[in-house]
Amino acid sequence: MKTGAKILIESLAKEGVDIIFGYPGGSVLPIYDELYDSSIRHILMRHEQAAVHAADGYARASGRVGVCLATSGPGACNLVTGIATAYMDSVPVVAITGQVPTSMLGNDAFQESDITGITLPVTKHNYLVKHAGELAGVVREAFFIAKTGRNGPVLIDIPKDVNTDLIADPAPAPETVSLRGYQPTYRGHTRQIERAIDLLMKAERPIIYAGGGVIASGASGELVELAERLMLPVTATLMGLGCIPCNHPLNLGMLGMHGTEYANYAVTECDLLLAIGVRFDDRVTGKIETFAPHAKVVHIDVDPAEIGKNKPVDVPIVGDAKAVLADMLARIRKRDGPSQWLHKIDVWKENHPLRYREGDGLHPQYVIQQLSDLLNGEGVIVSEVGQNQMWAAQYYCFRHPRQWISSGGLGTMGYGFPAAIGAHFARPGEQVFDIAGDGSIQMNIQELGTVAHYTIPVRIAILNNMYLGMVRQWQELFYDRRYSYTELPAVDFVKIANAYGVEGMRVDSRDEVRPALQAAIDAEGPFVLDFRIEREENVFPMVPAGAAINEMIGGHQQ
Amino acid sequence: MKAHTLSILVENKAGVLSRVAGLFSRRGFNIESLAVGVCEEPNMSRITVVAYGDDAQIEQVKKQLNKLIDIVKVSDITYRDHVDRELALIKVGAETGATRAEIMQIASIFRAKIIDVGTRTVVLEVTGDSEKIDALEKLLPQYGIKELVRTGKIAILRGSKTVKSQKPE
Ligand SMILES: Cc1ncc(C[n+]2csc(CCOP(=O)(O)OP(=O)(O)O)c2C)c(N)n1
Repeated sequence: MKTGAKILIESLAKEGVDIIFGYPGGSVLPIYDELYDSSIRHILMRHEQAAVHAADGYARASGRVGVCLATSGPGACNLVTGIATAYMDSVPVVAITGQVPTSMLGNDAFQESDITGITLPVTKHNYLVKHAGELAGVVREAFFIAKTGRNGPVLIDIPKDVNTDLIADPAPAPETVSLRGYQPTYRGHTRQIERAIDLLMKAERPIIYAGGGVIASGASGELVELAERLMLPVTATLMGLGCIPCNHPLNLGMLGMHGTEYANYAVTECDLLLAIGVRFDDRVTGKIETFAPHAKVVHIDVDPAEIGKNKPVDVPIVGDAKAVLADMLARIRKRDGPSQWLHKIDVWKENHPLRYREGDGLHPQYVIQQLSDLLNGEGVIVSEVGQNQMWAAQYYCFRHPRQWISSGGLGTMGYGFPAAIGAHFARPGEQVFDIAGDGSIQMNIQELGTVAHYTIPVRIAILNNMYLGMVRQWQELFYDRRYSYTELPAVDFVKIANAYGVEGMRVDSRDEVRPALQAAIDAEGPFVLDFRIEREENVFPMVPAGAAINEMIGGHQQ
Repeated sequence: MKAHTLSILVENKAGVLSRVAGLFSRRGFNIESLAVGVCEEPNMSRITVVAYGDDAQIEQVKKQLNKLIDIVKVSDITYRDHVDRELALIKVGAETGATRAEIMQIASIFRAKIIDVGTRTVVLEVTGDSEKIDALEKLLPQYGIKELVRTGKIAILRGSKTVKSQKPE
């Protein structure tokens, strides 16, 4: 005889789960009782939103499924932002929620909320389990769905009685999952692959536009190999950073709203756009009609719904990026590059580098550059949302995939710190930094409690401008400097850290930057750095919303 | 913009209808009509949806529907050779013998049936494509339509073709 809760925990262990981020409550008491002597580790977060972000950060840093657990009603509802965050960025997360007993479902019982209904639009799939006997099968299916095809979050809602029910002979989960309505395509269509190669060979101004799909499918090796064989320049989206080492000669850095000028010029002038694992998001394309206007478009994506969604595509290839690129490589030999095109790009790089006006003040870009230098471009860099995120994306020199963890699609402030906690458990030996703003960090600052409790060596670098900086930047540029409700009073983050038992240091000048970063790197436990940066520093270059991406402001000419 | 008819084969799982309906509203589509019922396969239902959109928009909805785990097959049969039917029940005022006779005459032209006769009303049952039912509807207001109930459209391909699931490889 086994309880539902026991079947659940055993099923999770069978999926290889070794850590759960969670927060208890009445409806999940049976699950917590099972966790009490389970080999699966549970990290008690200080908010359910942090639990789901931690599971998400764990998943992004490791490539495995992240798991979080919350109680019914308020606990489940607190997960929603994090589930939506994972959904937008296609992150494999399994969220488990407690629910009121089946006999009370639909009665507005205490702490009842229709979480499967609420999360319908932000999960890849979800389940309300009605019988303990279904649990093993549901868990197997949930993990399968979360981490195959286009990855995404799956929620399992379990009424309390389902967790306490005793099952005499629980049926084991099926070895393999077969779902009639879910059969992702992995191998690209041969004919389309040949057409794509044909276009690539004929192109005079080709470019690769790579996104999160490359990271998710583990296709970076194939991508770099293809780029080198055909001498194709590569630009990445925010989600794709790290797919090619930043110091690779073919790397053009990020494109789009805060991309490099040379990446945006190159995309605007290219005659062939090889789009891999991307979704032509508006933050990337700007005005879609003027995005890569001269290009034939080849689009590789595991999700057929992304192909042709925002921009017409000449050669659609539905498939997993790694499998498709491997098939392409098998048919391609090394050749001389499009030298005129590469030369043109080099001139752009030379004339329009990423830069900021350096003065006496403490510039956030400098902080990121120094961190990148001290860590030699290694480590896991997580970010919050806003200017801090863009500066980190622009100025950190990423070497590997899964090194850069940031909420791209949803842009969730408060994501970074808890995601960094998850990333630490995925990659325990590595330096994990959360690049934060003073606004964002206050959205999940209670997690200082968690890092202190478990001595989790996450370092938080707050780029403190005493503003909701990115919003202030838009107000400066587009609302005539009317700073409506974007100024934040000074907060003594060191004191806050100390109150939780976490070390902290305030940094006011440029000279202090490196020693302070080094102190954080060397710390045994968590560490908070409060960088008092130039308050009105802006993120440049910038494509105003709705403009063409080669119409940047704050670029080199200005 | 054109009315598209989608035939959707789904697993009979709790919530599948709200998944389908939710997807339409989320992506900004009005569902013109909807019909759900059991079908030839056990544990499956077939949903027929009529929605307005241009071909590219409908293609996107189709792809999004295909991503739902419980949806086994989506087919836009608008441009394929098919037959479709709707059913309507219409309650009309029939106070006098004369109006009753007139209504019965109209009914017989449309091959509609009188399925209930009250002291002051009759209920007509009619099946046909939308145009036929619309045409009948237009003739009745003079008698006073007290209530009208129309099902969504159901549709099926002509000949031996079917809207079926692909078998997993
Ligand atoms: C949860 C949430 N609320 C609001 C926003 C809108 N928003 C985007 S950036 C930003 C300002 C962020 O300020 P801060 O964290 O201090 O970072 P900075 O831009 O100053 O680096 C806001 C409010 C958001 N992205 N997420």
